Amino acid sequence: MSDEGVSDRREFLKTGAGLLIGFYLSLGPEELGAAPDVLRAPVTLNAWIHVGTDDWMTILIDKSEMGQGILTGLSMIAAEELDCDWKKVRTEFAPADKAYINPWFGVQGTGASSATRTSFEPLRKAGASARRMLIEAAAQQWGVDVSECSTDNGQVVHVASKRRLSYGSLAEAAGKLPIPTNVQLKDPKQFRIIGKPTKRLDTPDKVNGRAEYGIDVRQPGMLYAVIVRCPVFGGKVASFDAGKAKAVPGVKQVVEVSNGVAVVADNTWTAMEGRRELAVKWEEGPNANVNSESISKLFAQRAAQPGVVARKDGDPAAALDGAATRIEAVYEVPFLAHATMEPQNCTAHVRADRCDVWVPTQGQTSAQAVAAKITGLDPGAVFIHTTFLGGGFGRRFEADYVAEAVELSKAIGGPVKVTWSREDDMQHDYYRTASYARFAAGLDANGWPVAWTNRIACPSILARFGPVKNNLDTRSVEICDSIPYAIPNILVDYQLTDAGIPIGFWRSVGASQNGFFLEGFIDEVAVAGKKDPYELRRRLLAKSPRHLAVLDTAAQKAGWGTPPPAGRFRGIATVSSYFGYVAEVMEISVNRRERSAQVHRVVCALDCGRVVNPASIEAQVQSSVVYGLTAALKSAITIDRGRVQQNNFNDYPTLRINEMPAVEVYITASEAPPTGAGVFAVPPVAPALCNAIFAATGKRIRRLPIRPEDLA
Amino acid sequence: MAVQFTLNGKTQTVDVNPNMPLLWVLRDTLGMTGTKFGCGMALCGACTVHIDGAATRSCVTPISSVSGKKITTIEGLSADRSHPVQRAWIEIDVPQCGYCQSGQIMSAAALLEKKPQPNDAQIDDAMRGNICRCGTYLRIRQAIHRAAQLQASLAGGAK
Repeated sequence: MSDEGVSDRREFLKTGAGLLIGFYLSLGPEELGAAPDVLRAPVTLNAWIHVGTDDWMTILIDKSEMGQGILTGLSMIAAEELDCDWKKVRTEFAPADKAYINPWFGVQGTGASSATRTSFEPLRKAGASARRMLIEAAAQQWGVDVSECSTDNGQVVHVASKRRLSYGSLAEAAGKLPIPTNVQLKDPKQFRIIGKPTKRLDTPDKVNGRAEYGIDVRQPGMLYAVIVRCPVFGGKVASFDAGKAKAVPGVKQVVEVSNGVAVVADNTWTAMEGRRELAVKWEEGPNANVNSESISKLFAQRAAQPGVVARKDGDPAAALDGAATRIEAVYEVPFLAHATMEPQNCTAHVRADRCDVWVPTQGQTSAQAVAAKITGLDPGAVFIHTTFLGGGFGRRFEADYVAEAVELSKAIGGPVKVTWSREDDMQHDYYRTASYARFAAGLDANGWPVAWTNRIACPSILARFGPVKNNLDTRSVEICDSIPYAIPNILVDYQLTDAGIPIGFWRSVGASQNGFFLEGFIDEVAVAGKKDPYELRRRLLAKSPRHLAVLDTAAQKAGWGTPPPAGRFRGIATVSSYFGYVAEVMEISVNRRERSAQVHRVVCALDCGRVVNPASIEAQVQSSVVYGLTAALKSAITIDRGRVQQNNFNDYPTLRINEMPAVEVYITASEAPPTGAGVFAVPPVAPALCNAIFAATGKRIRRLPIRPEDLA
Repeated sequence: MAVQFTLNGKTQTVDVNPNMPLLWVLRDTLGMTGTKFGCGMALCGACTVHIDGAATRSCVTPISSVSGKKITTIEGLSADRSHPVQRAWIEIDVPQCGYCQSGQIMSAAALLEKKPQPNDAQIDDAMRGNICRCGTYLRIRQAIHRAAQLQASLAGGAK
C-alpha cells in the first residue's frame, strides 16, 4: 500500500491528476459529472478506479482485508475488465460511506463470505466503464471512431494504424467524459486474470513489517490506553481508587468510561502497569452466578420442550412412531473466542467538528454510527480509516472497541489508542455461542432414514439487534433447517435461550456448530442402518447435483472404499453453506493408550462457483481446516461465576505447525456466480474428524472440544 | 534508565523504565511497529526478534537485559526484502492476515542460521512457538525449505 494514506474520499478526489470513476447504479451520467460532493449522496456506489497519470491503477478496496485475500481478489476483478497492466495495480482502503454498502448486510461491512459474491458484477462494470472512457478519450485524440479502437494491457490501441496511448496519458481527458451507463462486459472465456492463481498484492508489505494494522497506528500527540472491564458480563463499576495507578510514572490520567476504567499513559506498557495498580470494585449484576454447567442445564431444559418450527416436511411424529428403528442423540458445543492474532484496538481523535477513527474493522458503517452517536457529530464528520486487520473471523464486525476509543478521546480531548491485552481479548469477546441439539431419527426396515427431528437450544445473535420475529433466529438453525438430505419427514425447531453471555458472528456463524451436529448425527443414522457413511449421503443427495459432485470428488480423491494405510481411519462430512458446497475426508490415527489423535490428511472438495483466485481459495481452505481443528480439538471458553475462565494461549490453545495435516484442495470448475470461500470449509471439519474417530474407536463424540477420555 | 544496544546495525540509546519489555520500547518508544504484540507471555511468537542472533520473544525481555547486545527486528532483516526468508515468503506467498508473519520470519531466519538445511521435524520444532490463526503453516514449511535453497545458492555464489 502506498505511504500517502487517503484520509477521506473528498481529499482523495483532489489528489493528483487522473480519472476517478464512481460507478453509480441509480444515477445517470449528468449527476456523476457533478461536483465531488455528489459522491456523498445516498446512492449505491460499488467501486472506484483511479487511473494515475503515471500509468498506475489504484483500486479502492471497500472491503476489509483480514487475511482472506480480498484486496487482491477485488483488484483482479476490476483489472480484468479495465484490461490494465496487472503489474501496475495498487490499492487503497476505502473510507466509510453509504456508497460502499454491502447489499447483503444493508451496511458497509465484510464477512459471511459475501465480498466476492456481492462485488463481482459491480466491480466488473466499474472496470469496463473506466476502460470505455479511456477508449473514447483516445479515439477523440486520434479523430477516429471508438469502434476502431481496442485495449491491450494498459494501453488503448488503434487497430488499423497500430498507434498506442497509455492509460496514464489518457487519464485527464477521460476524466472529463461522461460515465457510460451501459458497457459491454467481457465474455468470461476471454478472462486473463480472473481464474488464474495470482500472488497477493499485499505480501511484499507483510514480509518487512511495513503493513499497517490498527495496533500500529501512531498519531501526533497520541496517548496510549488500556481499559479494565468488569470480569462479569453485564456488570459495571461500583467504585475505584486511582491513587496508586496515577502514581505510576508515565500514567497521565485514569478515566471512567462506559465499559470500565481507562488508564491513559505515554506508552502501552505503562498503561498496563498502571492498570495493575488500579483498585476497582464491581457491581457484578445479574450474571454473577452463571456458569457453563448452569447454561448447559438451561439448554437441556429448554430443549425438552417443543420450539418454534424452522422447518417441517411431512409428518415426522407419525413417521418416527412407525419407524422400524429409532435412534436419538444429544450434541453440544461450548462458547468459543475468535482469538484474532491482533488483539482488539482502536485509535480515535475527537475534535469539535470531526472525529477520526483508525481501526481494523469489518464493519465501517457501525463503527461510524457508534462514533457519531458518542460525539454527537453527523456521520459525515466521522472518518473511518480502515487499516489492515490482523484477523477478523467475525470479531471485528463489532464496534465495542471503537466506542471505547471514541469515548476516551472525547473525555481526554486528544488522540488516543486503546489496546486490548490478550486476556482482555479472550475475556471480553462476542463469543461463538454454546449450543445444544437434540436429534431423533427413524429408519425403515432397510435401514434408510424416513424421519428426522432436530431441536436446537441456544442464544440468538440477532436478538442483540432487536426483537426476533417469532423467536426464530435463522442463524441459530442455519444449515440444520436446510438439511440437504432427501428424508421424507423432517422437523427442525428452535428454542431461543439467552445465557447472559455476549455472543456474535464467528467464522461460519451457526453453521460452525450446526455442521458438527448435522453431519455427526447423519453418520449415526448411517451406522444404525448399516450403511456406508459416504454411500448413505450419496443416495440422500441424489437430487442435489452440485452437492453430490463435491461429495464424490472428496471420496474419490481420498480413496474412500479402499483400505486406508495401516493404523489410519477415515471420516467424511459435507456441508452446503454460504452458497457454496464442501465435502471433506479426514484421515487420522488414534493412540488410545496416550488418548491422543493425529490428523494426517484432509481432502477437501469444493464448489464456490466461478473462481477468482484459486491460490486464495486453497489458502482459505487450509485456513478453515486449522480454524476448525482448533475448535474441535483444543478450545473452549468456559464460564464460572459469570466470568470467562480462559486467559491467554496457554489455556485457550490453538493448532500449531507441528500438528498441521496435509491438506488437499480440489476446486470444481464452475460457470456459476462466485460465492465466497472464507467460511464454508469450516463446518465439515469437526464432524469429519469425529466421524473418523468413530471409525477408529467405535466411540461417537457428541460434545466438543474432544477430550482425552473420548479417545481412550 | 538509559540503555544502549545495537538495533539493526546502529547504536541506539533509550531512557525508559528498565523493566519495560523490548517489544514496547520498539513499538511505542521507537515507533518500529513491525514487531507485533500478540500475548505478552511468550506464548504466540508474534513479537520475535533476534538478540545476538537468537530468536527471542521481545514481549518478555526487559530492556535492561539487552544492554550492549545486538538486536535485529523485521525492519532490519534486510533493507530491500532480499533476505532469503523474505524472498521465499514472497515467492510462496505465505502471509494471509500477516500479523504473525514478522515473528514467523524472524524465527525462520534464526533457524536457518543454525540449521541451513532443516527437515520438516526440525522446522516444526523451531516454529511451534509461533501461532498463526490464519493457518499458513503448510506454506511456512514450504517457504523455509525454499529459503534454505536460496541461502545455499547465495553461499555457493559467494565462494
